[in-house]
Amino acid sequence: MQPDTTADALPRGNRLGHLIAQNIGLILAGAILLIAIVAFILIYGIEQQRLPGNFELTSTVNSAVPLAFAAVGQCFVVLTKGIDLSVGGVVDLANAMAAVTMGKSLTSGLVWSVVILMVGAACGLVNGLLVALGRLQPIVVTLGTLSIYQGLAIRVLPEPGGAIPPSFTNFLVNPNAPYALIFIVLLALAWSAFRRSRAGVDLYAIGNDEAAARALGVNILRTKIIAYMLDGTLAAAAGLFLAASATAGDATTGNSYTLSSIVAVVLGGVSLFGGRGSAIGAIAGALITTLIVNILFFGHVNPLFQSFYEGVFLLIAVVVGGVIGGTIRRRPK
Amino acid sequence: MLATPAVAAIAARSVSKSFGGVKALISASIAISPGSVHALVGENGAGKSTLIKILGGRITPDAGSVTIDGEPAHSGIAASRRHGIGTVFQELTLLPFMTVAENLLLGREPRGRFGLIDRAAMPDVAERELAALGITHIDPRALTADIALAERQIIEIARVILAKPRILLLDEPTSALVEREVAWLFGQIRALRDGGTGIVFTSHRWGEIAAIADRITIFRNGSDVGCFDSIDEDEAITLMTGRQLEALFPVRTPAPAKPPVLTLRGVRAEGIAPLDLALSSGEILGIGGLAGHGHRSLFFGLFGAPGFTQGEIKQDGRAIRIRSPRDAIRAGIALVPEDRKSEGLFLPLKIRDNLTLPILARLSRFGAIRRGAERSLVDDTIAQLAIRTPSPSQPVGVLSGGNQQKVLLGRWLLTKARILLLYDVTRGVDVATKHEIYDLVAKLAREGYAILFYSSDAEELAHLCHRVLVMRRGAFVADLPGADLTAEAIVSAAMRESAHAA
Repeated sequence: MQPDTTADALPRGNRLGHLIAQNIGLILAGAILLIAIVAFILIYGIEQQRLPGNFELTSTVNSAVPLAFAAVGQCFVVLTKGIDLSVGGVVDLANAMAAVTMGKSLTSGLVWSVVILMVGAACGLVNGLLVALGRLQPIVVTLGTLSIYQGLAIRVLPEPGGAIPPSFTNFLVNPNAPYALIFIVLLALAWSAFRRSRAGVDLYAIGNDEAAARALGVNILRTKIIAYMLDGTLAAAAGLFLAASATAGDATTGNSYTLSSIVAVVLGGVSLFGGRGSAIGAIAGALITTLIVNILFFGHVNPLFQSFYEGVFLLIAVVVGGVIGGTIRRRPK
Repeated sequence: MLATPAVAAIAARSVSKSFGGVKALISASIAISPGSVHALVGENGAGKSTLIKILGGRITPDAGSVTIDGEPAHSGIAASRRHGIGTVFQELTLLPFMTVAENLLLGREPRGRFGLIDRAAMPDVAERELAALGITHIDPRALTADIALAERQIIEIARVILAKPRILLLDEPTSALVEREVAWLFGQIRALRDGGTGIVFTSHRWGEIAAIADRITIFRNGSDVGCFDSIDEDEAITLMTGRQLEALFPVRTPAPAKPPVLTLRGVRAEGIAPLDLALSSGEILGIGGLAGHGHRSLFFGLFGAPGFTQGEIKQDGRAIRIRSPRDAIRAGIALVPEDRKSEGLFLPLKIRDNLTLPILARLSRFGAIRRGAERSLVDDTIAQLAIRTPSPSQPVGVLSGGNQQKVLLGRWLLTKARILLLYDVTRGVDVATKHEIYDLVAKLAREGYAILFYSSDAEELAHLCHRVLVMRRGAFVADLPGADLTAEAIVSAAMRESAHAA
């Protein structure tokens, strides 16, 4: 009583073929990252007549960490077919709070970090409740909360200033060696665990087809709220890293993280239509974005034109990636 | 037949349900005994799907009650899962960009270290579970978006069966399946029934109902109008439609002897051998054979989606190229596929907008649509095709399947297409609407349209077509002219050649 057992009628794709086709976004992100690293080393080498050393590696890693956290946060929401424009506002708020509260000791820095992460989670909760319970469009909700969180940040720290304990800076973004890579590795490990949890599977199910997921008994409300809260927490973490790097606070430097987190997610091969992609790709996207800034800097591109080249590069990457990805997916398996 | 035990596995008593003023169910009742297959039959819109959703806890009835083993049932998807109810929905609920294995194991994934889901083990687990059900041809590592519709339906069914439900609700589970797959499903249903599962089954194919049902409840206009241990088809159709269907098929008129409007010579595509074919205006040329033997490539190739890889297409003696649907439409070729939801209609838009979308340029003056002209054209089309709707402003999504097919056909007729490719257009369509579609096809042929007609129903081909070409393994293996046309001749041509080839 078998539907069909003739092997020739229905050929089976090989494992490697499936692996490549189903992870094409991630593979392309890895390839772009590799190209960016080579390009950076080349341009740096030509400019400085030597290879980049510990200092360059450390500063690149340290400037990539905040974006990596913000991008992974963004990734959670994008996977549900949503988008979070309020990331920049949460980064600002966390940054401002850190500069105002932390004082001088590492202990107080760490205690306040926990508080600030919880504030970030609360910001995410507000977004999640409005989107999941209020059934509002994520882009509208987070556009509104972006302004609100930015406003709160200004309220906390009206002018750039405040102070971050040097010990806290050394702990998060040590300027002497690329220790901060550990946080990126921890972030990737935490993601892998999440991917293998009930909530992780449900997140992908919702992004694939929300109506079907509901019919299959997925708790849409809970899963979306989890996604937005994780997003908010990670955006707050990005704000902490940013504050630690700057050793002081500024309630506006985080604004750019809204768009750059989206850029990183897209470069990382995560589909804005939801349900496809991985936070590992988002981390790769964050590294790529940071490297591009460095390449433009060492290429002596006028800083005023920097965003012009970033935009050109993003479009090229997306178009080329789309063509390659499409070809591989259409290829008869 | 089975004696009905005192307590039903699941029962609905006098349930009613309205959607926005439309009464889908009016005091309907049904009781399903454990260890039996209970078929629901009725036209589309008779309330079968609504009743199944109520039994499955997806929607709450406005009035009436559902009991499980005599106890009042709790509503909701989680509760119905606790009750051991498994539902195969008419609209598939697979997640497209997840693998077959992930879909199959959703909610009961194998756990590994630290209680985390063991993703690496999932394909093998899925492969074993599928093999235990006799499914070895579907790759658990493939994305569900990449497998065929029939395979998706099988995975949907397998997922529900693997949960070992005490009550199994199947809403048109066979709509995308071919015979051998239906045979597989029936094997699974019988095994579950013998294990004591109470099963509800709906289908528009009477042969399937007769083969599997222990009891049959007939629905009409939202109510149950009779429950039988056995009933013959004519009687059932009379009860379902409320009228006698003298003849399901229109009287066949001879095909006019005209030179062909469309000639194919040596066309090839994926899964089809070089094919030759000639189609005249006024002719209904049937294409028959078992599913999966190249019909789809032929029809979609002619429509340029994607086009043929080799060969020559001539229209009225002139060679033409069809590389995209745009080319086909320009050449006056129209395709009505079986999966109208994903291949042609805009469900949330009005009937009017769906009909006139491709011809808006013709209906416009200085860029503004002439509403009066549009209205009269739309009203004419609705009348001509007998599209059953209260108004042209209804969204197409609320129409029954057969009427959606008519809208799609109507759109092509308005584009002045002269060659119609009808690909299994009556699949999943209820019997009364089928009748209307047959009349319409015959009428269009008399008006001079050239019609290429594929159907998975051999009876339909035999009664409607002037000539039937039977396909097997991508080639035509028999050419049956009008005089020899019987369903048996078509089926035996497909089967005999297959025995021959194997």
